[in-house]
Amino acid sequence: MAEVALKGVTKKFGSTVAVDDVTLTVEDGAFVVLLGPTGAGKTTMLRLISGLERPDAGDIVISGRSVIGETPAQRDVAMVFQQYSLYPHMSVRDNLAFPLRSPILRTPEDEIKRKIAEVAEVLHISHKLDNKATALSGGEMQRVSIGRALVRDPAIYLMDEPLSSLDAKLRADLRIELKRIQASLGATLLYVTHDQIEAMTMATHIGVLDEGKLVQFGAPRDIYENPVSLYVADRLGLPRINRLPADLFAGAPSGAKTIGLRPEHIQQGDGKPAKVVRVEHLGDQTRLHLDLDGHAVVTLSDAHTPLEPGDTLAIQPRNALYFDAAGARIA
Amino acid sequence: MSGYSVTEPSSTQKWVAGVLVIGYALITLMPLLWILATGFKSSADSIAYPPKVTFQPTLEGYVNLFTTQTRQTPEYLDAHPPQTWYEEIVHDKGMVIAGPSRFGERFMNSVIIGFGSTFLSVFLGTLAAYAFSRYRIPLKDDLLFFILSTRMMPPIAVAIPIFLMFRNLGLSDTHTGMILLYTAVNLSLSVWLLKGFIDEIPREYEEAALIDGYTRFQAFTKVVLPQAATGIAATAIFCLIFAWNEYAFAVLLTSGTAQTAPPFIPTIIGNGGQDWPAVAAGATLFLLPVMVFTILLRKHLLRGITFGAVRK
Repeated sequence: MAEVALKGVTKKFGSTVAVDDVTLTVEDGAFVVLLGPTGAGKTTMLRLISGLERPDAGDIVISGRSVIGETPAQRDVAMVFQQYSLYPHMSVRDNLAFPLRSPILRTPEDEIKRKIAEVAEVLHISHKLDNKATALSGGEMQRVSIGRALVRDPAIYLMDEPLSSLDAKLRADLRIELKRIQASLGATLLYVTHDQIEAMTMATHIGVLDEGKLVQFGAPRDIYENPVSLYVADRLGLPRINRLPADLFAGAPSGAKTIGLRPEHIQQGDGKPAKVVRVEHLGDQTRLHLDLDGHAVVTLSDAHTPLEPGDTLAIQPRNALYFDAAGARIA
Repeated sequence: MSGYSVTEPSSTQKWVAGVLVIGYALITLMPLLWILATGFKSSADSIAYPPKVTFQPTLEGYVNLFTTQTRQTPEYLDAHPPQTWYEEIVHDKGMVIAGPSRFGERFMNSVIIGFGSTFLSVFLGTLAAYAFSRYRIPLKDDLLFFILSTRMMPPIAVAIPIFLMFRNLGLSDTHTGMILLYTAVNLSLSVWLLKGFIDEIPREYEEAALIDGYTRFQAFTKVVLPQAATGIAATAIFCLIFAWNEYAFAVLLTSGTAQTAPPFIPTIIGNGGQDWPAVAAGATLFLLPVMVFTILLRKHLLRGITFGAVRK
């Protein structure tokens, strides 16, 4: 495992800037999640690190050496693709053995056998090893493709939304499994997703991307609590952060245009009256959809709240986040 | 994959379908059966009217096909009794074998030229198709259109320039010349067909192989080629059928050493009367290689069909 660093990396496709002057260090043993909507440049960053794309500017450093001139094979990275990841003309076993048999690794066959057995055990695919790669369910395919990365011991694992095509239950299981594997191997992992739960639960660091720019990088908790902008605040938290005009409540700092209110920033019982529009009982919690002077606000209440649509509830902000007209955080 | 059928067909339906398929097969195979049977008939049986369905099989046609014969006096025939079964067949007609015919050579020419040009067309076609499919090439669309445009007129339309060119280059009546010519004609088809197949193979597979530690060329041979096997097999069959059956250029450009079977077979008719069994024997043997080749590659074709269906 190794440290991977991007230094001022820029990549353009025609006139579109996919990655814009990104500087980022993935420390040895870190689990870094890149978070951003489609088109934010997440996948391009993985492809730049793996060597499938060449940056237009900047440097990429793996274990202290610049890898700009190296082929993907020389860079010693493993990558899990979002889809189309298994070689369809091979068995599951041969798929897993493929990277080990490469001219760079040339692993002895008995060691290949041992490693495959090990990884198959962890990913619960031991009974499928002799299947054709095409005779698997979607979840099994994705586990095999994760397995194909895990049989190796590369400088860094790159994963491009590996769980996005799976059903919710499997995704939850594999999320925990991946985190456990990463921790036990001490692996360095760069993981791309647009799923904030994956980001919050697995990451040691989160990088938030906006149109190719790295807008914030830090621990998940820190990014959640201290977002630098409304854009970053929007990326994390369920229900999403509520946006209200700053002048709705007294006490906004000067220059503030928008108040960002997460559910825990909304104190119930005092303040301005809001009308309850809808009550969603989710079992462990209840979501309240409120109407505050014509602005929609979503907050949480306890599971057995007696509130019903049409009721009135007084609310006021508590330790709210304030943003200026451009969306930058000011307090 | 099973489980897609809406209802399992009943046994009656299967019977009806079976009878229809067999009936259709019999009708379409009838000319082939007729050629096969005629090859084993005697000259008299082959032109009998009404046609004979049952007959005494003989290898006379095949012997005539592979040998040249001369008529001899009864005294000579008595003095030289036949040594082998094939000498006996011609002996009964008052003939002796003067030597082998040219059919064997012509057939081998067909094999060399047909398979040689097929191999070359598919080999070059695969490389070109891969490049067109994967790399950014200046004027790509124009180049592809140019390649296709070489097939827009019947090849024979350029017979005269090709004839002159071949004569000046010393390629007339050579194996090399015919292989090059058939390859040139087939290459456009080969590039276009294979490009379609390779386009269907997602790039992610090669990218995965690159990251897994392989070079671009190894990714091509280990990941792209096996998945393009279906397309390569289909293309090879098309190329072989064209090169194997080609008649016009063969007549025009070959006469001796490099003559292929198609222009040769009609000449059999002229050798002393109309020897239909020999012609039928030649046609039967001429059919075999393409048939065997197609059957050998059939597995790839069928696998390709189900393979694509499952993934989509």
